[in-house]
Amino acid sequence: MEVTISNIRKEFDRFPALNDVSLKIASGELIALLGPSGSGKTTLLRLIAGLDFPTDGKIFFGEEDASHRSVQERNVGFVFQHYALFRHMTVAENISFGLKVRPSSARPPKAEIRRRVLELLDMVQLGGLEKRYPHQLSGGQRQRVALARAMAIEPHILLLDEPFGALDAKVRKELRRWLREFHDRTGHTTVFVTHDQEEALELADRVVVMSQGRIEQVGSADDVYDRPGSPFVFSFIGESSQLPIEVKGGTVLFQGQPIGISEAEEGAGELFFRPEDVVLVDAPDALFGKVTACRRLAGTRIAEIDIANDGHAPYHVEVEVPLHAPVELRSELRFRPTRWKIFRK
Amino acid sequence: MTNIAAAAPARWRLKQPSIIPGFGLTLGFSLAYLSLIILIPVAGLFWRSAELGWAGFFAILGDERTLRALYVSFGTALAAALVNVVFGTLVAWMLSRYSFPGRKLIDAMVDLPFALPTAVAGIALTTLYAPQGWIGSLFMPFRIAFTPLGIVIALVFIGLPFVVRTVQPVMEEIDREIEEAAATLGANRFQTIRRVLLPGLMPAILTGFALAFARGVGEYGSVIFIAGNIPYVSEIAPLLIVIRLEEFNYAGATAIATIMLIISFLMLLVINLIQAWSRRRYGNA
Amino acid sequence: MPDQLRSSSATSPAFRDPASEGLLAKVLLILLGLAFLGFFLVLPLVSVFVEAFRNGFGDYYEALIEPDAAAAIRLTLLVAAIAVPLNLVFGLAASWAIAKFEFKGKSFLITLIDLPFSISPVISGLVYVLLFGANSALGPFLKSYGVEILFAVPGIVLATVFVTFPFVARELIPLMQDQGTGDEEAALSLGASGWQTFWYVTLPNIKWGLLYGVLLCNARAMGEFGAVSVVSGRIRGLTNTMPLHVEILYNEYNMVAAFAVASLLAFLALVTLALKTFLELRFGAGATGGRH
Repeated sequence: MEVTISNIRKEFDRFPALNDVSLKIASGELIALLGPSGSGKTTLLRLIAGLDFPTDGKIFFGEEDASHRSVQERNVGFVFQHYALFRHMTVAENISFGLKVRPSSARPPKAEIRRRVLELLDMVQLGGLEKRYPHQLSGGQRQRVALARAMAIEPHILLLDEPFGALDAKVRKELRRWLREFHDRTGHTTVFVTHDQEEALELADRVVVMSQGRIEQVGSADDVYDRPGSPFVFSFIGESSQLPIEVKGGTVLFQGQPIGISEAEEGAGELFFRPEDVVLVDAPDALFGKVTACRRLAGTRIAEIDIANDGHAPYHVEVEVPLHAPVELRSELRFRPTRWKIFRK
Repeated sequence: MTNIAAAAPARWRLKQPSIIPGFGLTLGFSLAYLSLIILIPVAGLFWRSAELGWAGFFAILGDERTLRALYVSFGTALAAALVNVVFGTLVAWMLSRYSFPGRKLIDAMVDLPFALPTAVAGIALTTLYAPQGWIGSLFMPFRIAFTPLGIVIALVFIGLPFVVRTVQPVMEEIDREIEEAAATLGANRFQTIRRVLLPGLMPAILTGFALAFARGVGEYGSVIFIAGNIPYVSEIAPLLIVIRLEEFNYAGATAIATIMLIISFLMLLVINLIQAWSRRRYGNA
Repeated sequence: MPDQLRSSSATSPAFRDPASEGLLAKVLLILLGLAFLGFFLVLPLVSVFVEAFRNGFGDYYEALIEPDAAAAIRLTLLVAAIAVPLNLVFGLAASWAIAKFEFKGKSFLITLIDLPFSISPVISGLVYVLLFGANSALGPFLKSYGVEILFAVPGIVLATVFVTFPFVARELIPLMQDQGTGDEEAALSLGASGWQTFWYVTLPNIKWGLLYGVLLCNARAMGEFGAVSVVSGRIRGLTNTMPLHVEILYNEYNMVAAFAVASLLAFLALVTLALKTFLELRFGAGATGGRH
């Protein structure tokens, strides 16, 4: 189901947690809410679910205004960070809970509930574990029980809060791939919250980058990585370096010296570039500085450089250099960004 | 200080090795003191009881007055424990969930029955619930004090903190996510409480019930003032022990005490089983 | 739809927190709970003081300095002064052995320490009557040497020690188990002796729990009724403790005097509770462990 979030504002004791957030989620889409802690991503998820109520703004499920619907009426599948399984219930009882609490007119017959439970258990690859209690399961298994329980009510939308946060690294990677497959099979509109950019970029159709209660950028993994829309997105996603520059006569100047790249718009700004988007040059108009540290990173080498012209404070940047390049500590390195972005002040 | 453990590493050992000194001294003193004060005197009771023989033992227990006294003690303790399950759980809920003026003060007050001497509680409750008392007069002509109902009142007072203090910490541990999860699955508040929260609290509630019940069965000081102590009607078993002692009927006192002790030990066992069972079933809780 | 989207709502209906009850249910539950506590806790406590001062402060004071009452107060203080230190030493020894070492039969030992909690106070007294009574082996033997246990101070002390036996240990065991053995091992590795370790490392860590355990133990020791009643013989002015004196006065329909002595015991209970609350607010719930 399509979900539309319209001009949502949420305040906790006058502290704004979300500020004028709007977002359209297409039916069947897998969306990641990505941001540092305190960015409002979990708050947004809880507002969609109806676990909290917005101070202002509306939420639509399809054409229908769901803003005033209670959490029980919204029919959302919510997977909690710590799963929130009912520990006195078996796996089967956990999964069937949402069906059993329906009013008798809407409740499926017992045999049907049982059939659905077994079907869901198969779907999350936990067949045969229906009689176990939650504490008898591993973290990854609990996660999938929580997912099956959320799916049992045939939700309009599936919401996951830090779905892999409580798992160790190996299980996390497996489950990530598995969740993607699960989504592709079931086609549910899915929103998940994460602070792990790798997870968001790998898994989601679109990533919503959030910071300080606002949406910074919405786009595909390629969009947010290759075409960051704001300084925050550029520095939050992937590695980057940042330098204050000035554009004069179409030339970019760093501390008054040209660095060999050009830009149309005049004036001061911040230059952002990624370590891999540089080329070593032997020319006077380039960025240059002393190598302060050098480290091997998988197939490449990262050089840390303090760049500064005479009489200016140094700036610390990181650039990727070819393995065979003659880079030595305290030697001088000259380079130019090949891809960059300038954000105006 | 040498101890058994140091000598035989591969074989059975009493304790795990440790660099901390004082094991022999402290454990030895504890066991000696425990034996002198508790174990030997209690064993003496069982010894005296065994001297009665089965026939003598059951002759005393079969006595109508003894049976009625046991019935009164267990019946009123059961009733009071049930009242405390309901209201103790309510009080625990109120203290752990709601904030209202005076909550901290009331939280502290719940321990009053632990700290207030039973005789003081007894005379205070009797004065309140007697026909002329502040509360008793409200219910006239229905009498509370000097009937079995009065015993229940005293035992509710005595048992309340056992239920509250067993249930309250478990309630405070409940993760808010659990209740939110139930709500997202469509459960209304009543269903969430009845199907999710209460079953999770059941082991704690049962333990509190058993503790309150066990304490109530043996309670003496707070009860004898309010009970009226009418033989066959409102005479409790501990009082009958005292009466038998005052008659120098040591055999009678011993037999009643023995059966009460055995039942107390069974209660203790039940409490431990409940806790072991809930640990096994729900994991560490 | 887009038009609809832009018109943001001015007022939102009252939001129901999914993890709480409605206001009305809340208020009703609180009132019900308060009514229950009022009838069972607050009114009994209030009534003790109201009855004690019914005839004014003069009669209250008279009731406390009257010779039999004064003797009961002295005896109660004496009994507590013997019983509490004994159980304090036991509590420290038992919790040291249980919390600092792993050994076989530990949980059984803990169960045994808790035993007096589940024994009727009357039976606690009875076991000593059977042990030292006229038709026991020990009683006449000791009597021939002029040692009186029953119906005398030693019997009262023994019965009091029995019923207050677990209090200090019960407070300290969970507290010391939580603290583990790291601090002690560190002190020993730095060259401290066993006693130094206990005195400078362990004791400061448990002092508040210990204080509360001692206070609870003391409150119960001064207030014990059933067990003491069985062994004391209730000889006025000689083997009458405060709770027993309360009973005698009450049965003589001397209400003001009974409640006057009772009010002292109630005051002691209030002090105990106040200290517990203070310690918990100051040091967190961990400061006073265990149940009683």
